[in-house]
Order: sequence, then C-alpha cells, then structure tokens
Amino acid sequence: MKNWRTTVATWSPAVVFVVLYLVFGFMFKGFLEPRVGFNIIKDNAFLGVTAIGLTFVILTGGIDLSVGSVVGFSGIFLASLIAQQHMHPAMAILIVLCSGTLLGVVQGFLIAKFDIAPFLVTLGGLFFARGLALTISTESIQIEHPWFKEIGLYSFKLFSGATLSAGSIVFIILAIITGLILKFTFFGRTVYAVGGNQDSANLMGLPVPRTIISVYAISGFTAAIGGVLFSLYTLSGNAVAATGLELDAIAAAVIGGTLLSGGYGTITGTVIGVMILGTVQTAITFQGTLSSWWTKIFIGSLLLAFILLQKAVGQFDRSANQSNH
Amino acid sequence: MKKALTPLAAPLILLAIILLINAIFWPSFFSIRWFEGHLVGSLVDVANRAAPVMILSAGMVLVIATGGVDLSVGAVMAIAGSVSAFVLAGAEKKTGTPPATTQAIGSGLLAGLSGGLLNGFLVSVVKIQPIIATLLLMVAGRGIAQLISDGQIITFQNPAFAAIGAGSKFLVPNPVWIAVAVVLIVSLITRRTSFGLFLESVGANAVASRLSGINVNLVKTSAYVVSGLCAALAGIVMTADIKAADANNLGLYYELDAILAVAIGGTLLNGGKFSVAGAVIGALLMQTLTTTVTSWGIDRSATLILKALIVVTVCILQSPKIKEKWNSRKKEVLA
Repeated sequence: MKNWRTTVATWSPAVVFVVLYLVFGFMFKGFLEPRVGFNIIKDNAFLGVTAIGLTFVILTGGIDLSVGSVVGFSGIFLASLIAQQHMHPAMAILIVLCSGTLLGVVQGFLIAKFDIAPFLVTLGGLFFARGLALTISTESIQIEHPWFKEIGLYSFKLFSGATLSAGSIVFIILAIITGLILKFTFFGRTVYAVGGNQDSANLMGLPVPRTIISVYAISGFTAAIGGVLFSLYTLSGNAVAATGLELDAIAAAVIGGTLLSGGYGTITGTVIGVMILGTVQTAITFQGTLSSWWTKIFIGSLLLAFILLQKAVGQFDRSANQSNH
Repeated sequence: MKKALTPLAAPLILLAIILLINAIFWPSFFSIRWFEGHLVGSLVDVANRAAPVMILSAGMVLVIATGGVDLSVGAVMAIAGSVSAFVLAGAEKKTGTPPATTQAIGSGLLAGLSGGLLNGFLVSVVKIQPIIATLLLMVAGRGIAQLISDGQIITFQNPAFAAIGAGSKFLVPNPVWIAVAVVLIVSLITRRTSFGLFLESVGANAVASRLSGINVNLVKTSAYVVSGLCAALAGIVMTADIKAADANNLGLYYELDAILAVAIGGTLLNGGKFSVAGAVIGALLMQTLTTTVTSWGIDRSATLILKALIVVTVCILQSPKIKEKWNSRKKEVLA
C-alpha cells in the first residue's frame, strides 16, 4: 500500500510533464523539436536554480519569500559592480554570491535563534533586498564587459540545433550536486528530519538551528546565482527584475511534489516542476493568440490540481493507517 | 489593565517617535490647510493613503486570528477594481451615463465575496494550508483580472463612483470615512458578538473548538469572506481614486502591507488573540513612515528597507524566546 502511494506521489509530476509535452507537441507544429525543449531549460535556468534552493527551505517546513527580490538585487548589484565600478566580472560574481548567501544566513539566524515565523522574516528580506536593489539604481544597467558577454552568449551545441547556454549548464550541474547532497549526506538527511518533525529531530540530537540557517543560506546563494544567470541571459541588471518570482519557484516545488509542510520532496521533482511551468509558458507563446495572463490562470489551476492530488493521496494513506488499527 | 495594553504599546511608541521626529525637524507636517473645499496637509494625506491598507488589515486580522493568512487580497483588489471599472466603462459606452454606480460597487463586492468563499472552502473543507490555498488565487487572480480588463487599463468617468475614492464629506476624505466605518463594523462584530470569541478559539485550538461545538469550518470561511469583501472594497476605493483599473499593478504587494500592519499591531501570526485596533495603528504607522521619508526627499526605495527593518524589529520584540528570557530575568529579580 505504502509503495503505491509513494509511486503516485513520485511519478505524477513526471507523467504530467510528458503528457503536457506530447499534447502540446501534437497541437503545435515544431513544438517537439529538440531546440524548443532545450530552450525551455535555457529560458528557465534562473527560475530553476532559485527553485532548487527554495526546495531545501521548504523541505525543512519553512518558506523563503525573499528569493525573487534577491534575484533582482543580485542582478542589479552585479551590473553596477561591472559597469560602474569597473570590476572584473569574476570578482563581481563572487561578491554577489557572497552577499546573497549572507542575506540568507541573516534570515536563517533570525528564524532559528528567535523562533520568528519564516514567512515574516523572509517577507522582511523581500522588502529589504528590493529596497537595496532600487537604491543601487532604478534604471536598468547594461553590461558591456567582453568576458561577461562571451559567457552570456556562449552556447554548447548538442544535436539538430539544440544548444545549452552557460545558464542551462549551471542549472543542470547544480541540480545534480544538490540532488546528491540531499540523498547521500548527513546534512541532506537532517534537512528531511527537521521538516518531518522539528522536535523529534532536536531530541535525536540533530543540529536543528545549524541546519535551518544552512538551508536559508543555500536559498540565498542559489537566488544570487539566479540573479547572475538572469544578468547573463539579458546582459543587463534591472532592480525590478524577477518580481513575484518567489511564487513561480514555490509553484514549481509544489507541482514537483514537494510538500509545503516539509519533510517530503526531491530536487528531481522541483526540476520537473520548473519544466512543466516552462512548457506551459512556451506553449502559450506557440499558440500565439492566447495572452500571457493565461499562463497565470493555467499555472494556478495546475497548482490546485496537484495540491488536490497530494491531498487525495495523503487521505488514502490516513484511511489505510486507520484500517490497520 | 496595563497588561492588556502591552501589544499595542510597541507600535504606538514607534508611531509617537516618528511623529516626534517630524514635530522637531519638520513642523509643517502637522499643518492642515483648507484648500478648494478639502482639508490639505500631511496628516490628512497619511490617513487618506493608509485607508486601503486599513480596510485590508481589518479583514486580514480576522483570517490571521484563525491561524491562517490571506495572500490573495492584492489579487482580489485587482479583480474587484477591474470588475467595477468594466461595469462602469460598459455602461458609459452604451447610453452615456446611467446610474451604474450601485451595480459597479455590487459586482466588485460580489467578486470579493466569491474570492473569499473560494479561499474559505479550500482552507476549511479541502483542508489546504492557508498560505497555499490563498497563493492559488494570488497567482491566478491577477490573471483573471487581466482577463476581465483584456490586458488594458480600463478608464471611466462616472463622477458618483469616482467620489468614493477622491471626494470628501465633512472635511474628511471619503476613503478615510470608509476605512473608519469598516474598522468600526469589524470591531463591533468581533467585540460585541460571540464571533470574535469563536475566531480566537478556532485560532488557539481548532480541535478543541470543534469538540466544544463551534462550527470551525463556518468560522474560518466567514473570516476569509470578510477578508475578501474588505479586499474588494479597498480595490474599489483605489480604482475610484484614479478613475481607472490597472489589473497589473492594482493592489500589487498590498497583501504584504496588510500582513505587516497586522503583525506590527501585535497580533501573533500563529492565531488566537488578535487586535483590530492594533492592525489599524500598524497601517497608520507604515504610512506615516512612508510619507515622512518621501517628504524628506529620500528615495522611495529607502522606505522598503525601513519597512524590512520594522518587520524584523517588531518580530524580534514579539519573539517568544525573547519573552522567555525577559520573564526569567524578571523571576530572577523577584527571587
């Protein structure tokens, strides 16, 4: 019985992705070309990277609303360091990644040490990062540095027109590394334990506060990477970029099967969730006459469907348990 | 008596400090003039601009009292504003200007009611976590608002409707009257009927409440419905003010402001005890801060950073760990 439940929860996002992809493939000419599929990865790499970090937070039962703002802040900070302070991009990227991580650490510290609701602390982080971003510049800043441009325009040729951008490669590598960390390390198992039941994790002697601080640090770090990728993608920085991205990232994680109450979910699921969002977006572009707001309505409905599915599966589990007694 | 006032003390002191700073460095903040039949001055401006968040937070505080949260209010504002503007614009196109005001307000409020019912249903019957249940409408709602307005900014001329947001009665701007009325009604319902008690009971312990005969689902759903109606009203006020509904930006991030106002007002986000008055003070506090900062010529983005610092400060002050430490120190002193 238990296996059946886990199977549904694990495979339904993948099945939905394949079905959607094929349905759109039959509806729109050229949708199934490899180039289109790999462009979905390219267009959503920054979202994917951000959603991966957020997955760590959600697995512990927390939430990070600040990621969208951190992406925006990192992008404009990076652009300002390169274009206005004439810093080498590599150095600038390093500084940006550190500041994103630092912001995550501070938020994690407040959550772990003062027992403040993650929702509120990261809401503060959302305002703070967006405020910082707007203080740097309210106008978009172009990045002209040749080294940065070269990375931004880099594309790795695969087959029949399909390419991977630098962003796609970072997304894929990060997904593999974080997936392995969650599955095979002590830290990864502690993340699940904290999300499953924080009190028992504490009683088991697991380093709960340290783990909580770490997951917010990871989320800040990946959001900063997201900002860098967004800058690479647009070759500029913009303070109001990625407004509301936190919702897309949360939606991706939930659609990918991560439970918002914590303790259950995978990086693979989140990656599939990102791909589902990307596929819907691309399909709406392909369709041509549907306006972009249909994306929001469709994603909302998809989110509802997945939550209801999770509920249904969870309820079956409860009734199965009760019949055992 | 002193104890009952403590949750309100922190925001009131903060508000007093900001006003004091203004009194010292910028006395004209308190000047109120008479200009073309309106009262003009920073204090009037603060009240007028704080009105939508005050209306929102009066509904939000009920939802938070039940241990939930309503993220959809910003999107509901956009839907209600678009619906009202759509009705008005349609009426204007057809026959000049028939009295479509009541229909516009009615249909806007109806949109808010439906949004609230949906949220309440998802939270109480389907038992989805409130953050997620209302996130759905937050994401899809703005899409729906854009669908109604067809991606355009809907403008209208109806002066009667515009007066809701831009006019004034007895010297005070109409939005302030509406906010005061909403706050009074919500306070009366929660303090003079058993509904307030039910809300606190459900928020403190839903299972115990159900076992003692409270219809938990009904109480929760009512809270979301009130919140939806308040959001719709706030959306109508803001639409009326500028004679236009912009589905993209109307009410954007207002859910966060409303939650912030409630939190600053001393209502714990875990549910249980709540304070409508506190939420109103919270809304006023944030607007006073914003107006002060902008009138000093500091960039608006600095307000965001200040807001963030206020959230964190208030949260740390309300943090149970800090209270524990405080209490244990008091005990040590007593012993």
